[in-house]
Amino acid sequence: MLLDKFSKLTSRTMVLAQENIDTDQIIPARFLTTTSRNGLGRAAFYDWRYDEAGMARNSDPFAGKEPQAHQILVGGANFGCGSSREHAPWALADFGFRAVVSTKIADIFKSNAIKNSILPIEVSSETHADLIATPGAELTIDLERLEILRPGKWKQSFEMDAFGRRCLLDGVDPLGFLQNCEDEITQFEARRA
Amino acid sequence: MSPKSLFDKVWERHLVRVETVEQPAVLYIDRHLVHEVTSPQAFAMLKERGLRVRCPDRTFATMDHSTPTVPLGPDGDPVYANEDARMQVQTLQENCAEFGIELFGWDSPHRGVIHVMAPELGLTLPGMTIVCGDSHTATHGAFGALAFGIGTTEVSHVLATQCLLQNKPRSMRVTLNGRLNAGVSAKDMALAVIAALGSGGGTGYVIEYAGEAVRTLGMEERMTLCNMTIEAGARAGMIAPDQVTFDWLKGRAHAPKGDAWEHEIEDWRALKSDKNAVYDAEITLEARLIAPMITYGPSPDQGMAVDSITPHPCGAVERQGLDYMRFTPGRPVMGEKVDVVFIGSCTNGRLSDLQAAAQVLLGHRIHPDVRMLIVPGSEQVRREAEHEGLHEIFKTAGAEWRLPGCSMCIAMNGDMAMPGELVVSTSNRNFEGRQGKGARTVLASPATAAASAIWGEIADPRPFMEAPRVA
Ligand code: SF4
Repeated sequence: MLLDKFSKLTSRTMVLAQENIDTDQIIPARFLTTTSRNGLGRAAFYDWRYDEAGMARNSDPFAGKEPQAHQILVGGANFGCGSSREHAPWALADFGFRAVVSTKIADIFKSNAIKNSILPIEVSSETHADLIATPGAELTIDLERLEILRPGKWKQSFEMDAFGRRCLLDGVDPLGFLQNCEDEITQFEARRA
Repeated sequence: MSPKSLFDKVWERHLVRVETVEQPAVLYIDRHLVHEVTSPQAFAMLKERGLRVRCPDRTFATMDHSTPTVPLGPDGDPVYANEDARMQVQTLQENCAEFGIELFGWDSPHRGVIHVMAPELGLTLPGMTIVCGDSHTATHGAFGALAFGIGTTEVSHVLATQCLLQNKPRSMRVTLNGRLNAGVSAKDMALAVIAALGSGGGTGYVIEYAGEAVRTLGMEERMTLCNMTIEAGARAGMIAPDQVTFDWLKGRAHAPKGDAWEHEIEDWRALKSDKNAVYDAEITLEARLIAPMITYGPSPDQGMAVDSITPHPCGAVERQGLDYMRFTPGRPVMGEKVDVVFIGSCTNGRLSDLQAAAQVLLGHRIHPDVRMLIVPGSEQVRREAEHEGLHEIFKTAGAEWRLPGCSMCIAMNGDMAMPGELVVSTSNRNFEGRQGKGARTVLASPATAAASAIWGEIADPRPFMEAPRVA
């Protein structure tokens, strides 16, 4: 699958301050019987949004927020921990998110996110505290320069592995890249045999 | 030559291409394990591109997550929780047939939770790289393999090329000195390590477990310890292989035989960290200080000794955790009323786990208000347990003896708790709603779970393990 290219994003934040938001929260296991990766946005954070009877909760953190205008998800520390389900970034992407910001993002989620054109960004605790305190703040994320900024307030650089960045910026296809290693893979196998 | 850790050695043996500033390493994968939940979209990606599976002989599949654990229906067919679950299993069957992958399905005497059945068959061997679209792949590190969970897109990469693009993780050594006390298990050890590291403390690391308390664990207990490495945020846990490993593996269906076995053992003996190997982080724990553990909040790092009191929350996470669990700060949790007890999963669904539970249950009946599910990790575990008569002990005690599968560990096959119910579970995740919407999960060892089933309250297993029993 070719990735949606990503270079610059300006959008408002959606803040979920809770720490340790695991992938079971992002998409509960009962939605995993699907064999498709489409249409999972409706299951995103389902149990936070709907009660046992399937009625919208008063506490629904997404109520009244236009997904188009809030494409940056700010989560508490250790975002995306738990199960390796790629359904989590599929659900977030389908819901409309293009970036996830936290102080710490779990390994497998991070890797899954990049593969679905969601940018995982780890920021300092000061920056994070500001983001938590100002839900809906407008941010600009510049992947070319590896910078995240809140206009007029602050600017911070973030890290991302060079290859993941190239995949997103240039639309490099990781599977195509691996297929191009075929000769080396065959040689490796021959060496070990 | 600079000293190397076990992890360094296994990593280097699998480098098709080394990592550079611009590119991750290309890592060769020896074993690829597949199950029904995280694979359908990966096979679909292959089909979209017209690709084949590069090494079907390195790829093995089973079905465990969506499969029912209740007896087969009158027509001999499984009774699925819903049509989606049936379709998902059927999709795996079709994909395995189409791509030539061996599937341990309904008709196999080896079907089971993937991280239980693969080691049983000797598919997991020291020094291998093993991946699966499943975070608890860390289990296989107990054999000195580098084993970790991957996402579905990566599953498609491995299917198509037998390789993965990986940046080398950092390394951490967790040393457990001394010995565990009686009545304390590998599960308690795992919960203690997670409590010490925090649920994000291992992020970015591969953990090597070392020390006397680890060396003296049996193979199944080592799997329990490595299994929950992901609950500390680390992707893989490893234990250097030794005689315990070799004895356990010898004669297994896919383990090498004859001369090849002797040859391999020699090679495996070298799979240990060099004396002065350097780690990016280290922690040390004293095993004798570990008590039977339980969790008091919906995060696996919120663990404490079963006989201690809940913390006075110092932060929002603890407060929310106690609120969700409906536990009072500064109070014991022993005595909290239990509705459901689950024994099973890739953490604690092996024979020794069932033996530990049976030891506690023997001569007792579970509390009348408790529903207890005992789910063997695989068909083989089921056979062995029945051979020993453990199922009779369970049934006499009032528990349900089920078919193998993930069952209430992930609650996607119809086995689940009702909103508000308190579950004492031997699985690995106590996340909100993990065992059913609104269900409250307490993680514990099989012995603690069994003791709690008898009391109908969260209970300390130690008295049951010391007192004389009537059979
Ligand atoms: S038993 Fe639980 S943790 Fe293990 S593979 Fe099944 S769902 Fe995952």
